[in-house]
Amino acid sequence: MTRHSVVLGGPDDLGGWLAAAARLAAAGIAPEAVEWNVREETASLFGAEPSPLPAVEPVAAPQAFRDLARLALCHGDRERFALLYRLLFRLQATPGLLSNRADGDVSRAQILAKNVARDRHKMTAFVRFREVAREGEVPAFVAWFEPEHHILRLTAPFFVRRFASQVFSILTPAGSAHWDGTALTFGRGAARHDAPDGDRLEALWLTYYANIFNPARLKVDMMKSEMPVKYWKNLPEAALITPLIRDARARMQTMIATPAATRPARGPGYAPIAEPAGDLSACRACPLHAMATQAVPGSGPDDARLMIVGEQPGDREDLEGKPFVGPAGQLLDEALRRVGIDRNTIYLTNAVKHFHFEPRGKHRLHKTPTRAHVQACSPWLRAEITTVEPDVILAMGATAARAVLGREAPVRASRGHVLHDAEHRRVVVTWHPAALLRLTTREEKRVAWAEFLADLRLAHEIAEGSPFTSPEPTNPDGHPADALAARGISGLPAGSAGR
Amino acid sequence: MPNLDIASKLALLADAAKYDASCASSAAPKRSSLGADGKAKGGLGSTEGSGICHAYAPDGRCISLLKILLTNSCLFDCAYCINRASSNVPRARFTVEEVVTLTLDFYRRNYIEGLFLSSGIIRSPDYTMEQLARVARELRVTHGFRGYIHLKSIPDADPLLLEEAGRHADRLSINIEMPTEIGLTKLAPEKRLPNIRRSMGGLRAKIEDAANERKASPRAPRFAPAGQSTQMIVGADAASDVEILQTSVGLYSSYRLRRVYYSAFSPIPDASAVLPLKPPPLMREHRLYQADWLFRFYGFSLEDIASATRGGMFDTGIDPKLAWALANRAQFPVCVNRASREKLLRVPGLGAKVVDRILVARRHGRLDIEGLKRLGAMVRKAMPFIEAADWQPGATLDGERLAARFRPPPAQLELFG
Repeated sequence: MTRHSVVLGGPDDLGGWLAAAARLAAAGIAPEAVEWNVREETASLFGAEPSPLPAVEPVAAPQAFRDLARLALCHGDRERFALLYRLLFRLQATPGLLSNRADGDVSRAQILAKNVARDRHKMTAFVRFREVAREGEVPAFVAWFEPEHHILRLTAPFFVRRFASQVFSILTPAGSAHWDGTALTFGRGAARHDAPDGDRLEALWLTYYANIFNPARLKVDMMKSEMPVKYWKNLPEAALITPLIRDARARMQTMIATPAATRPARGPGYAPIAEPAGDLSACRACPLHAMATQAVPGSGPDDARLMIVGEQPGDREDLEGKPFVGPAGQLLDEALRRVGIDRNTIYLTNAVKHFHFEPRGKHRLHKTPTRAHVQACSPWLRAEITTVEPDVILAMGATAARAVLGREAPVRASRGHVLHDAEHRRVVVTWHPAALLRLTTREEKRVAWAEFLADLRLAHEIAEGSPFTSPEPTNPDGHPADALAARGISGLPAGSAGR
Repeated sequence: MPNLDIASKLALLADAAKYDASCASSAAPKRSSLGADGKAKGGLGSTEGSGICHAYAPDGRCISLLKILLTNSCLFDCAYCINRASSNVPRARFTVEEVVTLTLDFYRRNYIEGLFLSSGIIRSPDYTMEQLARVARELRVTHGFRGYIHLKSIPDADPLLLEEAGRHADRLSINIEMPTEIGLTKLAPEKRLPNIRRSMGGLRAKIEDAANERKASPRAPRFAPAGQSTQMIVGADAASDVEILQTSVGLYSSYRLRRVYYSAFSPIPDASAVLPLKPPPLMREHRLYQADWLFRFYGFSLEDIASATRGGMFDTGIDPKLAWALANRAQFPVCVNRASREKLLRVPGLGAKVVDRILVARRHGRLDIEGLKRLGAMVRKAMPFIEAADWQPGATLDGERLAARFRPPPAQLELFG
């Protein structure tokens, strides 16, 4: 078997490695037949001679492999070049190989990549710059850092993005990175004494470190797993760790043993604005207040002739504390506009004043209020009706119809007529706009939208005192989806529509 | 207030801030000090999505941000708080300029990702909020600071001041403080749950409106792009674990919080007589975080989580996922080669990442125990609950001693309280 020897330009020479590996794989050279060396590591020993690469078209390494190799190649493990070549070689026969993390080679390469990514991340965290004054120029910042893997080139651009307007150098045993404000260059390795040994801010940083620590919560293992001991020698704050741990228990015991404060509370310092007792905002008549943001009162003039009652506030109404500001409210606005009703002249409210919902992840699913909720809330609704004394009430949806009429009134059977409540007020029942939004077929929506507009028109005519006419047959009022689209409203999240 | 030097102020105002658990610096929009042309843009700092923890203290908490109070003077008298009006702790106050300089100086040396600024309530909520917002504006506008900024929001402050704060801050937070309204009323007499909820609701509305406007026009101003979070104190009142999580679940869904932080009530110097002075319930806090994750990432409902408790409290000896599995053994074993993602997520020892790897890897062939190890599964923990190509749990699943097997020896527990 002919052996192939490849000599790379450096321990993190991804370009050189890829160029060689892609040709060797194209020529079908078996992984066992390739020997990988790094120039600076071998030159003084044997002076390994590179073999000529096969004169073939290189294979294309897939992006997922490049991403993996970019990290894994920076690992300190000497076997990394051979491992990655074996993967590239096997990929030619098994293109989906990389997704199989149960495979030994894939798993090993992923571990190397993970180690490198972690070392890189820790470098972005644990580099500590020290300021160096420069005659007649802005100060420079210099850091000494000892990474575990060959990550300097991989990580230096992070510091450039962060500190582009600073002049800085990062020195490591294997190499150094320099940013002069315009260009990033790499140089030779350095020694610890090449970096400054102090900084004027370090005492303050240590003050902060010591005081942000809570001695009542010692979790030393947790600290060590996230800030491994190997990094401590270059972290100025690490000098405090031992004394802080040593004194922690005694400090906590002192806090526990010290008698409680004797100083009396000062006089009234700040009086929060509390909800007045008897106010809707203080209502605890049913359990809904516990989950809702706030009670949503009705809104509109006290002398409105038309009152519209919905079911309950929705997600948006709950946040804003105003009725009909969510998607259903926007559909209602569109209907009001088409019928020619000024929203400012009518009174809008709901049968239930708190939002009833079920938490689902980061969303709230609307739940129909129970009879008990409606019952508990009815004094508020009655008070609104008594105050406003409207000429007509439009009850939207079955819950509102029941709350207003005091009896069951299914919408399909009740709508389109003038009904009367127990005090002989005129009531028109119609669909709830949120129900319109939930209909699925275009035809259903068209019919329901026309009915909704007709019912609204009927209530409006009563409120205006026009001679009572039976509702006209449906006219080309369009379609709720078009109405919404015209207002820039499209898909609605399931269950979040305001009611 | 005595005239203190910066170091003395920092010592007091960092000490006063450490009871806020959050130090996250994640989820900010990407920012760089390097232009697309490869030249420095001026200003300082960057954010790249995930946060960086620049140090860890021996309490196991990360130090990512400079977490300080503007002042520890406070009009409020919340029993659990070191800074309450009736405490005898020495008081200090930073100027806006001092906070700005300290943040920039620390940031230049790569000590921190940015600033988490909170404050005692001085003069009025509006005055306090205005001061906090001014620090953020100075950093962003005057100094071109692109690092992370988290501001504590004062619930009763004017919405216009919150607007200003959200324009410059990546994250805003309002602490819910207590799991129940009864607890809050008792321990924080000046705070009102409805005001806290309304403020959170207002923040959510602003955050979403700003995000929607930016979709329409990339030049629209940002508002707290890294969202809002909150914190609950655990163990200062009588609320059970299930009550605490119930509150969290409601908060996540209502206000789309990025995080709810749980903070074990910790003894403080010069403590109030109302509260239990004992070591903080750290293991309880840990179990709550684990349960919070089960709810957010593993498809567990509140009812599922409650079924893993006794009288509403988790067994601190075993984690909630394992507790659920032990209480619901009929759901197991789960076959790693056939089961759905939902089923796999319920298996103790299989994290969400490992589950996703299983789903991909099993297309290549049947998985055995060795393969699962390579995928990163905690095999020893998972084995009683799974079937694999070369493994059947057999009688172990029904074994009397299954629960005992996972329980640490009692001595180890004591360390965690």
